[in-house]
Amino acid sequence: MLFDWNYALESLPVLVSGLKITVQATVLGMAFALIVGLVLTLLRRSHIKLISWPTAFVIEFLRSTPLLVQIYFLFYVLPTLGVTMSPLTTGILGLGMHYAAYCSEVYRAGIESIPRGQWEAATALNLNRYTAIFKVILPQAIPPVVPALGNYLVAMFKDTPLLSAITVLEMLQQAKILGAENFRYIEPLTLVGAAFLVMSLVAAAGIRSLEAKLKPYAAT
Amino acid sequence: MPPLIAGLGVTLQLTLGGAALGIVAALIAGLARLSLTAPVRWLAASYIEVFRGTSALVQLFWFYFVLPLFGVSLDATAVGILVLGLNAGAYGAEVVRGAIQAVPKGQWEAAVSLNLSRWNTMQRIILPQAVPAMLPPAGNLLIELLKNTALVSLITITYLTFSAQILRAETLKTTEIFSLVLLMYFAAAMVIALLMRLLERWLAGSQGRVVRSQEQA
Repeated sequence: MLFDWNYALESLPVLVSGLKITVQATVLGMAFALIVGLVLTLLRRSHIKLISWPTAFVIEFLRSTPLLVQIYFLFYVLPTLGVTMSPLTTGILGLGMHYAAYCSEVYRAGIESIPRGQWEAATALNLNRYTAIFKVILPQAIPPVVPALGNYLVAMFKDTPLLSAITVLEMLQQAKILGAENFRYIEPLTLVGAAFLVMSLVAAAGIRSLEAKLKPYAAT
Repeated sequence: MPPLIAGLGVTLQLTLGGAALGIVAALIAGLARLSLTAPVRWLAASYIEVFRGTSALVQLFWFYFVLPLFGVSLDATAVGILVLGLNAGAYGAEVVRGAIQAVPKGQWEAAVSLNLSRWNTMQRIILPQAVPAMLPPAGNLLIELLKNTALVSLITITYLTFSAQILRAETLKTTEIFSLVLLMYFAAAMVIALLMRLLERWLAGSQGRVVRSQEQA
């Protein structure tokens, strides 16, 4: 028989334990990306060119090079600098940095869509730059871009299998180990694929409903 | 350095092969998505959802380990081109569909009034107008494709990331090697971005249009 259901059922508990790591990496990585992405956006908007130009370069660099190589870089280079972290932490850091660059572009689009009048009004009210951005601009800029950020959450989720390359025991790694032990790859790999498909479709539906909920906030 | 250059060659080969397959897949699936026959639409939709909904790395492993069970054994490069091409094609299909749907309805109506067949309308009226709008997102997808070639190293083939791993084990100069590899990918991505911009300008010029600057999120 081509597809052995018994074997598939047996491998399920191991894969679920891998799924937990996958979800953990996604959630922590996304939290990191959302925060660092915002910081990158604000640094990029700085009036001091010595800050804004290097930031723009870092964002462009992170977006133009493969995540896998970035993860390898962190995994192999950081220890030589005396920083030792667990593979999972390294992976979360790598995912977070990569997607922080993408998120910062999303935030930037959100901030740039805010009418100039809002900035002018903030100046007229004698708000300082800090208060203007945190109390006036960002509360209007972020809700419309939540769906775009959600898309990156799904994309990051689909990138977590890369962590298997640095020995993190996430879902794909578990499937590969199972396959190597039993000389059968089709069942665990198919299950992993199916799990990703189901979760991505559920997440996409979630983003769509979120989009509908946020419509009143959309700036047009 | 020479092993990395050889690796870059395979990376470019994967990118070009994947892009060629991706363009064909994107056009077919994008047009099929707009077909008047429902089963054709469903088929295209499931292809797109499956390839967009699962992880590219999982797809690579699946094809690498499962295809031989069906008696089809491909080497890692071929699997890489196949999977990367189909993956990019799924994203590209949505770009094709979006660009075609963005062509004003009046163009279709004018074609109907001129008694052009549906196929003729698509080929001569709609597609030539839709292609310029496809280019900026296509450039982004091409860079995504370039970056995804790094994944193929995990099903072991000699190319940039993989050569770097071997070199690292041999020379222990980790920082230099990986920095160099990152720079090479960055340079390749910049070249693609530049070429796409030139293509856009050339195509716009040949159609007597002005290039609008389009930002793709």
